[in-house]
Amino acid sequence: MNGRQLSIVVGLLVLIGGGLFAYKVLVFEFPLTPQSTTETWRVDARITFLAGGGPAKVVVRLPQNDDVHTIVDQGFVSAGYGLTTQRTENNREAVFAIEQVAGEQTLYYRAVIHRSTQQRGPRPAPEPQVRTPTFESAELAAAQSLVGAIRRRSADPRTFAALLVAQLKEVKRGDEASLLLGNDHSIQRIASLAADLLQFAGIPARPVHGIVLRSEQRRAPFEHWLEFYADKAWHSYDPAAMNPEAPRDHLPWWRGKVPLVEIAGGTRLDLLVSVNQADELALSSALARGREIERRLVEYSAFGLPLHAQAVYRILLVVPVGVLLLVLLRNVVGIRTFGTFMPVLIALSFRQTDIVMGLALFCLVVALGLGVRLYFERLQLLVVPRLAAVVTVVIIIMSMTSVIGHKLDFEAGLSVALFPIVIMTMTIERLCIVWEEQGAREAMIRVLGSLFAAVLAYVVMNDAHIRHLVFVFPELLLVILAAIVALGRYTGYRLTELWRFRALAD
Amino acid sequence: MRWPGAKLWAHGVLGMNRRNAHYLLVHNARRLYPLVDDKVLSKELARKAGAQVPELFAVIEIQRQARELGRLVADRPEFVIKPAHGSQGKGIVVVTGRRKQLYRLADGTIADEAQLRFHVSNIIAGSYSLGGQPDKAIIEQRVIFDPMFEAVTYRGVPDIRIVVFLGVPVMAMIRFPTRQSRGRANLHQGAVGAGIDMATGRTLTAVLGNDIVSEHPDTGLAVAGIQIPQWSTLLELGARSYEMTGLGYQGIDIVFDKHAGPMILEFNARPGLNIQIANRAGLVPRLDLVERNREKLVRLADRVEFARSSFPGTSIASGEGRAAAYAGRSGTRSL
Repeated sequence: MNGRQLSIVVGLLVLIGGGLFAYKVLVFEFPLTPQSTTETWRVDARITFLAGGGPAKVVVRLPQNDDVHTIVDQGFVSAGYGLTTQRTENNREAVFAIEQVAGEQTLYYRAVIHRSTQQRGPRPAPEPQVRTPTFESAELAAAQSLVGAIRRRSADPRTFAALLVAQLKEVKRGDEASLLLGNDHSIQRIASLAADLLQFAGIPARPVHGIVLRSEQRRAPFEHWLEFYADKAWHSYDPAAMNPEAPRDHLPWWRGKVPLVEIAGGTRLDLLVSVNQADELALSSALARGREIERRLVEYSAFGLPLHAQAVYRILLVVPVGVLLLVLLRNVVGIRTFGTFMPVLIALSFRQTDIVMGLALFCLVVALGLGVRLYFERLQLLVVPRLAAVVTVVIIIMSMTSVIGHKLDFEAGLSVALFPIVIMTMTIERLCIVWEEQGAREAMIRVLGSLFAAVLAYVVMNDAHIRHLVFVFPELLLVILAAIVALGRYTGYRLTELWRFRALAD
Repeated sequence: MRWPGAKLWAHGVLGMNRRNAHYLLVHNARRLYPLVDDKVLSKELARKAGAQVPELFAVIEIQRQARELGRLVADRPEFVIKPAHGSQGKGIVVVTGRRKQLYRLADGTIADEAQLRFHVSNIIAGSYSLGGQPDKAIIEQRVIFDPMFEAVTYRGVPDIRIVVFLGVPVMAMIRFPTRQSRGRANLHQGAVGAGIDMATGRTLTAVLGNDIVSEHPDTGLAVAGIQIPQWSTLLELGARSYEMTGLGYQGIDIVFDKHAGPMILEFNARPGLNIQIANRAGLVPRLDLVERNREKLVRLADRVEFARSSFPGTSIASGEGRAAAYAGRSGTRSL
């Protein structure tokens, strides 16, 4: 009866987990292996200013979804500010407002942006209105002359834009372009003026400002380029490289002749934009505007979580794999460890330190801690104060390792702080008790068993394929659960028992 | 190639997983564990059932009472302090005598009252209990061990472990401490274990580690073929332990007191599997046999008889009557 129930439970779990997994693989073509080129980026903008004491209002332009970029997730951090978002002709804007504020203010905008790998033509857009700019007398004449000359040599808006930018870049002292540009020959100015002149010539156009999606950019500079409207769609033109297409790694952030941030009621505005490649798998097919059901599936998976939460789930989801391994090691192999799941936790901290360093640091801390613990034994402290003393000593050892390691330019020394302190303390305590009561041999067997299990768990839990599988297919946890439940009724011999009872095998 | 465990299985060896799944989980109700894990409770259970146990002098439950230790043992020249939730002999202090304010311990050292009080405090704080749970300290009668095994043993005291399944003693062994085991009766640590023929109460070949031995490594005397005295009484104690604790699968540890005879020292709800090595026999066939005859095994006498007739030992070495010879020697031993 019990056996049948067990089979049903295990069978159901495998069926559901495996079925979902197969469906996602076969129908949605979720990738089975991690892909090396990630196309997801994390963009952080920090806005700081000095508030004057009265009401303050900050308008920030935000990036938008376009042909290539999808904003997967975004968020604001703005304590105390009222936040509204609005759409203008060209831009999406966030408006932070507060009734009364003084002193240094910091606002954050964070976005996770996915870049599609697919090549697509520009999307049709509705015909925009041309806003003919007004030029003053001398400038008006220069503009008319410049536009007239280029129009005679161009066939379509594309060539018009190219010729115009070329003229503006190869500016000669005294010509029309130089008069229009003034002293500012920056790409930003060129893009802005080119947009004006295009509009002047009757072609809808706008300057575009954006950043380059490149890894590890702490203070990303803004790039500027140009967009014009032709054949019922917007086309971009990069004046810096004189290319008819803005480079693919450019993320358009906002458009038009407005600044990124406008502020009322504050001074000393400072803007810091940082970009980093998100540690994420390129689930391009699923994440980038897929079919509706596919999108839902992704939204309601770990991918729907904000990036930092995803990082947590990346670790959490892999824990059951380590736990299953430990069940195998303990109940099937018969390895003795300290604490049931202590090796999994140790393995988790190895993830932060890398394995060799982790092992060395672990042994160092445990050995030193054990020495101190044995000394405390002589002082005859009671249990709770003794444990507290060991915790304190463990922390002292850890910080000393970090400081000394840092002084020796030994970066890994810092990572010792990532070891779970309480786990280390309990390991030391238990090791000490086993040592005293069952001898050094048994203690060493357990230490080696624990470390072996930890290393094995580390290897398994750190395997890129396994991490990918459980994160992209969390339903596989049901299969793992089934395996654990099934192992719960494994009543055969443990491998070590074959050795233990070998005298009985003859 | 044959499955590596096939040979063990053919011999009916019980493995840890099977013991836990088929016997502990099924026959030992969780709520009964506290009864045997707490030695104050289990002592009371055994006493009520009429079994001999070391007499309880006092229980110290809170730290403040540790100060009264001197008063509690004022008129006791000998006593034992042990944790109520200890296991494997952890945290046991045996006081064998006193001179003025000083106590003489079994290992020959001298302790003053402050040291004993500290030990009691440690016990209460949970130094020796599972998971460091707060514990009670028991002060009880010191068992004057019957010197019958004196010659065979190196320090320490041999004890007899009987595994009892559904009230039927199924397997037994006697454990002799050795120099290597540092006076402890634990096979893991190098004690000699000798299986016992359930029918006669005579020891079978013994095991040291994984080697078969017929002599004690330290004393050189034969450990096989020794007749355990009062075997019927021991079998009966074993069978009755089922009614005492209600645990379907348990081990009981018995020692011989010089004056009172066999005493139950401890019940064990998770008895170890090494008894199989000492007996050179697997538990599974015996457990199966008991389970199949379960309905017939209700009365105490039937169960004892069943144990006697169903589980004879496989090898009996010579050396009859040795125990009797040792029994004549004088002197006492303690933990």
